[in-house]
Amino acid sequence: MADKIVLEIARYAPEKDEKPSFQSFEVPFRKEWVVLDALNHIKDKMDGSLTYRWSCRMGVCGSCGMMVNGEPKLTCATFLSSYGNGAKVRVEPLRYFPVIRDLVTALSDFMVKLQSVKPWLIRHDDVPLSAGEFLQTPEQLDLYKQFSMCINCTLCYAACPVVGLEPTFVGPAALALAQRYNMDNRDQGAEERLGLLAHPEGIWGCTFVGECSRVCPKHVDPAGAIQQYKLKAALDWVKGFILPRGHAGAGKEMHP
Amino acid sequence: MSKPSNEGFFWLLFSAGGVIAAVFLPIIMFMFGLAIPLGWIAYPSYNGLLALAQNPLVRIFLFVLCSLPLFHWAHRFRFTLYDGLQVKHLNEAIFVFCYGGALLGTLAIGYLMLRM
Amino acid sequence: MTQLPSTEFHPRWYREPVSTYWWIGSWRYSIFILRELTSVAVAWTVVLVLLLLRALLHGPDAYARWIHRMESLPLIVLNALVFCFLLLHTITWFNLAPRAMPVRVNGKRVPEVLVAAPNYVLWVAASAVIAWFILRAS
Repeated sequence: MADKIVLEIARYAPEKDEKPSFQSFEVPFRKEWVVLDALNHIKDKMDGSLTYRWSCRMGVCGSCGMMVNGEPKLTCATFLSSYGNGAKVRVEPLRYFPVIRDLVTALSDFMVKLQSVKPWLIRHDDVPLSAGEFLQTPEQLDLYKQFSMCINCTLCYAACPVVGLEPTFVGPAALALAQRYNMDNRDQGAEERLGLLAHPEGIWGCTFVGECSRVCPKHVDPAGAIQQYKLKAALDWVKGFILPRGHAGAGKEMHP
Repeated sequence: MSKPSNEGFFWLLFSAGGVIAAVFLPIIMFMFGLAIPLGWIAYPSYNGLLALAQNPLVRIFLFVLCSLPLFHWAHRFRFTLYDGLQVKHLNEAIFVFCYGGALLGTLAIGYLMLRM
Repeated sequence: MTQLPSTEFHPRWYREPVSTYWWIGSWRYSIFILRELTSVAVAWTVVLVLLLLRALLHGPDAYARWIHRMESLPLIVLNALVFCFLLLHTITWFNLAPRAMPVRVNGKRVPEVLVAAPNYVLWVAASAVIAWFILRAS
């Protein structure tokens, strides 16, 4: 008797369903298979209408995020063998996002939030090309490198209860990416971003649950980024309170 | 670009209170809440404890000990009520209850330390 | 904050409602809420100290009455529970605080364990000092 594993998959067809329901599929249990392989097997051999996102199948594109047994995971990086031969594995769309169909979520909330933090290098003075390359030491790179590893998979949004409770909360990945640019010594936009994010829907909405960092497949540690950002924002508030507004260096540079 | 909120101030109070609470409160509760009532150690004499509490440095310490941790509670409890119970429609009432409570406690310890 | 356009124009997108009991569903969320509730233990301890100080101010009889009340069994059980919550606060605080202040030596990140450790040492030392002062007051 060949080894099998059962996947209970959330199905939702907006043209006929009011809400999602589960459908079970029995797939071969191959030790080298990941959940994504099982989904592809189901789509190829059993039910072509199963709808889900995937792309690189190697954990760098961030497309295949789903809830597997209640945990946000990249399905291309989650082995069936973690669940055991004969187990039941529940696959659902990422939590706290609207569901378009089956396992596909609407990411427009996230896209708007990401764009709102201005995740690009902001310059106030243009350095001429003749000045040469912008040199950055390994130490300067190290200040923000970890936060730059984000693949926008939104697993952190699915893990963060504040995202679920407060739909306008900017969220872990967006805030970590804001901090990535704040800490980049080529960037001059820290003060601008602080103005956008130092409020209850930005960094102050975070209560350091820490789940975002735990589920992040690229070890970005968005929770750490946000706490660092809070400290910087709080100290900036104190400086602004004690010294007159517009004092030199107010939040402009966040790096040595 | 919205004006940055004053949350940073409350967060700093929360953090300072958190440190004070983490370092000093366990031993205080252990001594006065468990060890002394259970008789593991003799309870301090009235005169001894009073003299200790009257010391100017101790009074400053006690003021900090009883004030900052209350602001730590205020900030954390406020968010717990927002998120945990989702009673966001009571925003202002929660704010006043929490920080008002911390302020009352601060006034209480201030008064006690002045009168000591 | 920019207006989020998603479900306004797409009523057929399904949004799972977030339950008021979201924190019961997952043990990790429950532990988070327990951690947050340690703030109540913190406030309770401060109130006890305030009451003690007030008793001291009112004289030896008030102090004796305060001691007597602290000896009641239900209060001891409650204070034991509060003490456990205070320990939970201390441990989670020291373990998490380093995340807000990454320490770098010679450009390399110091492991968080090494940043947290001195806090524990400080905690033990401070507790010993406080205990000594209280014992000495006998």
